[in-house]
Amino acid sequence: MKYAYYPGCSLEATAKEYNQSAKIVARHLGVELWEIPDWSCCGATAAHNNDHLLSLALPARNLALAEAEGLDVAVPCAACFNRLRAAEAAVRESESMRTTISEIIGRDYRATNRTRALLDVMVNEVGLEKIKEQVVKPLAGLKLAAYYGCLLVRPPKLTAFDDPEDPTTMDHLIQALGGEAVSWSYKTECCGGSLATARTDIGVRMIFQILRHARDAGAEGIVTACPLCFLNLDMRQNQAAASHGEQINLPIFYFTELMGIALGYAPKDLGLTTHFVNPVPMLEARDILRHPATRRETA
Amino acid sequence: MERVELAGALRESQALKRQVEAASGVSLSDCYQCGKCSAGCPVAAWMDYTPRQVIRLLQLGLGEDALKSHTPWLCASCQACYTRCPREVNLPRLMEAVRQEARRRGMINEKKVDIFDQAFLSSVERYGRAHEMGLIIQYNLQSGQPFKDALLAPPLLFKGKISPFPMKIRDVADVKNIFARARAKGGGRH
Repeated sequence: MKYAYYPGCSLEATAKEYNQSAKIVARHLGVELWEIPDWSCCGATAAHNNDHLLSLALPARNLALAEAEGLDVAVPCAACFNRLRAAEAAVRESESMRTTISEIIGRDYRATNRTRALLDVMVNEVGLEKIKEQVVKPLAGLKLAAYYGCLLVRPPKLTAFDDPEDPTTMDHLIQALGGEAVSWSYKTECCGGSLATARTDIGVRMIFQILRHARDAGAEGIVTACPLCFLNLDMRQNQAAASHGEQINLPIFYFTELMGIALGYAPKDLGLTTHFVNPVPMLEARDILRHPATRRETA
Repeated sequence: MERVELAGALRESQALKRQVEAASGVSLSDCYQCGKCSAGCPVAAWMDYTPRQVIRLLQLGLGEDALKSHTPWLCASCQACYTRCPREVNLPRLMEAVRQEARRRGMINEKKVDIFDQAFLSSVERYGRAHEMGLIIQYNLQSGQPFKDALLAPPLLFKGKISPFPMKIRDVADVKNIFARARAKGGGRH
């Protein structure tokens, strides 16, 4: 199983844990990730807010590089995934748009390849059964809130992946890893994205609502598939809680980090030691980092 | 809002209406004002007009008021409205079109949001990738808040999550050309 791999800018910086853990679990499960050489930014929200053609052309450059290799593209970042899918759909649906975009990027691009969210690849191509077989350190019933955010599942015509109101892909993955997916109502609520930077007053309130609802649903941690969601929930957790006069201590995980833990990799190798809310003490307290045979009786 | 004579307003605003319809691909008459978009909008609480009201303004020929609104600038493009709209009105695209038209007229109603976006795009044009630390510094300086989130910088650097040095791609010219050609083609049009 081979995919072109488009990490996206965040995975080189604030979301380096996502990159590390994604590569480790992909290798473990026999998914070959061919990183698109000299890939460039998808333009993110800034591009589509300002220039429609630019917002399609920037992702198209990367898709064209993968298409030349005849490969589908696996994308860990939910926001990049959404932008790549938008470019792919625009080019596939309209011959004139195909010509325009090919002219702008200076290469032929026909959208014959598909963009896949890495979560989709793991759960629906590798499959939960295969993942389950490889689990050596099950998550011991750890209660986790699967947080999908916006761009992984919306708009459904574009993402064509899971239910936009009540997605369950990540919930099933959590269960396959031995955790418990809590039922909660904020799994697709928006974290505010870059509003946390440009309008922090609004952003922190949106972030707080997600944290609070996860906590109140009994979650011991939140699982994401998006670097911006992660950054907002992890790095700004103290700020968001303090703005409401509260304290919250809720570890945030990339789904690939939890997969890595369950597959037996060390927290440090997966990047779990560089979170703002350190998840390691909680994993140790729940005795998840040891092999089940040597776990304490009480765990 | 002062009293307006709607028939006249409708006639005079046809050009703006056509402009945002062409740029967004949205037919404004598709919206029957059910309000489902605004009930589920996570940012509606901080908007001056709800998304439904922005469409209504455009429908009624009061587009000038839509251009003055902060709503298109605060829209997080979370796609909840578009996903739920029974008429499949692509509201996020419409918000983008209104915002781009307002920007063309020099009406930058949320300066910080715009400064962030422009800092992001200039980073991508310069390096081929977004350089998080560089763009945040540019954003802070241009928005007149040099020490915003300054306490987050040391732990981010210490954890190796940001770098003072941009990751420049080899073929930056390729990306610069994309920016130039998109600009030459007039950008925002549908």
